[in-house]
Amino acid sequence: MEKEIKILRKRRGEKNSYWQSFMYSSDSENDTVATALKRLNNSERLIDIGGRETSKIQWQCSCLQKKCGACAMRINKVPRLACDTVLKDIKEKVVVLEPLKKFPVIEDLIVDRSIMFENLKRLKIWLNEEAANDGTEDAYEASRCLQCGCCLEVCPNFISDGKFAGMSAGTLTARLLSECSDAQKKEISDIYKKNIYAGCGKSLSCYGICPAGIDIEHLLVKSNAIAVWKHRR
Amino acid sequence: MKTITIIGAGLAGLSAAITAAQQGIHCILVSAQSSERAQSVLAEGGINAALNTKGEKDSPREHFEDTMKGGCCLADKNAVKGLTENAPDIVNWLRNLGVPFALDGSELDLRNFGGQKKKRTVFAKSSTGKMVMTAMIDEARKFEAENLIERLCHHEFKELIIENGECIGCLVVDTYTNQMQSLYGEVILATGGLNGLFGEATTGTTQNTGNAAAAVFRQGVEMGNLEMIQYHPTTMQISGKRMLISEAARGEGGRLYVLKNGEIWYFMEQLYSTWGNLAPRDVISREMAQVTLRDECGEQVYLDMRELSENIWKNKLSDLRDEIIHYKGIDPMKEPVPVEPGIHYFMGGILVNKNHQTNIDGLYAAGECTCQYHGANRLGGNSMLGAIYGGKIAALSAIEHKESTNPVGKTEEQEKETAADGVTDKYMQSALKQGLGIVRDEKSITEAIDEIETLKSKYPQNDKLILASAMLTSAKERKESRGAHYRSDFTEIKEEYQKTTVAKYVDGRIDISFRKID
Repeated sequence: MEKEIKILRKRRGEKNSYWQSFMYSSDSENDTVATALKRLNNSERLIDIGGRETSKIQWQCSCLQKKCGACAMRINKVPRLACDTVLKDIKEKVVVLEPLKKFPVIEDLIVDRSIMFENLKRLKIWLNEEAANDGTEDAYEASRCLQCGCCLEVCPNFISDGKFAGMSAGTLTARLLSECSDAQKKEISDIYKKNIYAGCGKSLSCYGICPAGIDIEHLLVKSNAIAVWKHRR
Repeated sequence: MKTITIIGAGLAGLSAAITAAQQGIHCILVSAQSSERAQSVLAEGGINAALNTKGEKDSPREHFEDTMKGGCCLADKNAVKGLTENAPDIVNWLRNLGVPFALDGSELDLRNFGGQKKKRTVFAKSSTGKMVMTAMIDEARKFEAENLIERLCHHEFKELIIENGECIGCLVVDTYTNQMQSLYGEVILATGGLNGLFGEATTGTTQNTGNAAAAVFRQGVEMGNLEMIQYHPTTMQISGKRMLISEAARGEGGRLYVLKNGEIWYFMEQLYSTWGNLAPRDVISREMAQVTLRDECGEQVYLDMRELSENIWKNKLSDLRDEIIHYKGIDPMKEPVPVEPGIHYFMGGILVNKNHQTNIDGLYAAGECTCQYHGANRLGGNSMLGAIYGGKIAALSAIEHKESTNPVGKTEEQEKETAADGVTDKYMQSALKQGLGIVRDEKSITEAIDEIETLKSKYPQNDKLILASAMLTSAKERKESRGAHYRSDFTEIKEEYQKTTVAKYVDGRIDISFRKID
């Protein structure tokens, strides 16, 4: 298998980005974008398609089995995980890699997603009292969120310095709503209503984008029922 | 005011940070990436606690005995006692944080796990680590908002600051800016396993580089039982790594077989009638290596889960099934899954006492980076427990540490160019895999040591090569077979080796000794 991999690169501290292409060839049919990036970087000299030696491609990865969300990037314009994208499944001739656009680029494919974690702190996403433990299935589904940022990338309502924290905060709020004691329900419902419900345009553009396959629609429906419409859990 | 620096934000680091914050102590939680990216999220099958919800008369005493026996009596009894006695409280604490553990009625459900006769493993399908991490990250956030936990994300540990034999802080680098910073105060290392020394041959993450352990080893921190490396029996090759199939698969009824003269042979059930498919991991991996060498047997071992009920697949292992289908195109409900043993856990590491203190005053360690609790072989379900309990004890010990007259807080340091690892890693990993397989002997270990020595002479600045050499030398000096360390040239267990292998870097050379266990 041979593929051209075209990467939008940016040197640390510099303003302008530039495109650089690499040829990647492998005997394995199962190689993912993550494998390709690892192998390219592990070669003794990294040579681009024009025969020029270049610096290593900067990107983030960790688990390589779609359980940590580190390697989220735009692959042929779709935000997804590099470790979950098999090269041979990409129909286009060229594999185009870009950093996520909703976050500041640090270098090459590395973006600073700290706003996601700042938002969680701002929204007070935690339990102040012991969990009531009656929302096991929903809590399980919500707890699977990788905080990778793919859902924010496609969200028409999320901007990184805006008030709406996006579905990556919505999942964790859903966890709290399904687990919290009655005493904490109002407080968490208010957080949900103000920061998730009010900001979400219900476009559901995030549906089907989640690399973990979280049933986002279900979590929204359940959270609305608890926090907005005050149905029973 | 006291500030504790914690390196690593996985289970052990989070546990230490939350414990310190609960006591009102400020801590700095340093990690290369956010907690969501830590290896702890990969933990699958569950967490052990003798909760006795199944009417089997289980007790912490039996949990203690199984853990000691599973570890072939190489762990510190007092430490394991603390671990197993505190396990029920830890699980209840996690439940209160909202971890969606499986329930049986209103009680926590328990599953069978290897090396334990009674149901003792609390679980959330096969994603227990991820569930526990999500809840603990939320809990830590509460203290972040109070500034008791201060996160330094995208920072990496460089080295300890040691003065007059005491650790007074550490040096970290911001990977976004290359800016170095000194953090003063007690240090807790919670940097995870030494996966980076073995590259793609492990089930771990690329973030567990082993760099921190290598740096502190060079600085004189003692390591214990480095030769004890767990090969998990059921792993699969996927692109760029080994992927684990949780022991829960066998805990819920999965069976291992090999073709013998063309017929299915459930070898574990026949050869180990007491344990069957739930023997300790070292036993199964070794047996897999041996049966596949027999003339009458095929070379491939299969995990047969076809007899598991639909209910189990739906409620207890749906995630595991999805994963096997996704990565291998095999539906384990219908087809057996080819499996091989793969490197999964490091029982050895930074040597700590039962209070999680290292040999350097002011330095503590917890989680998989340490040598503690698991002896020569870890039982499934004890890793998360060890990380959470260990992190807690390390933090309590660091809090108790005498007030230092040394500087506190942070100082900015000169920017330093970091040395690249380069391609050395590839050669090092290959040598280690050769020398530290499931079955070892003097010849293969010595050859690997020679290769590492050659690399060392070329790249004297690479700390990992020193640690790699210490790992191999530990394996060479332990002239017996015990737990995960199996020597074909010394096949018996020997009482004289019921001791901790201690590796220390002194005056530019590796010193190996055997120390009596408490």
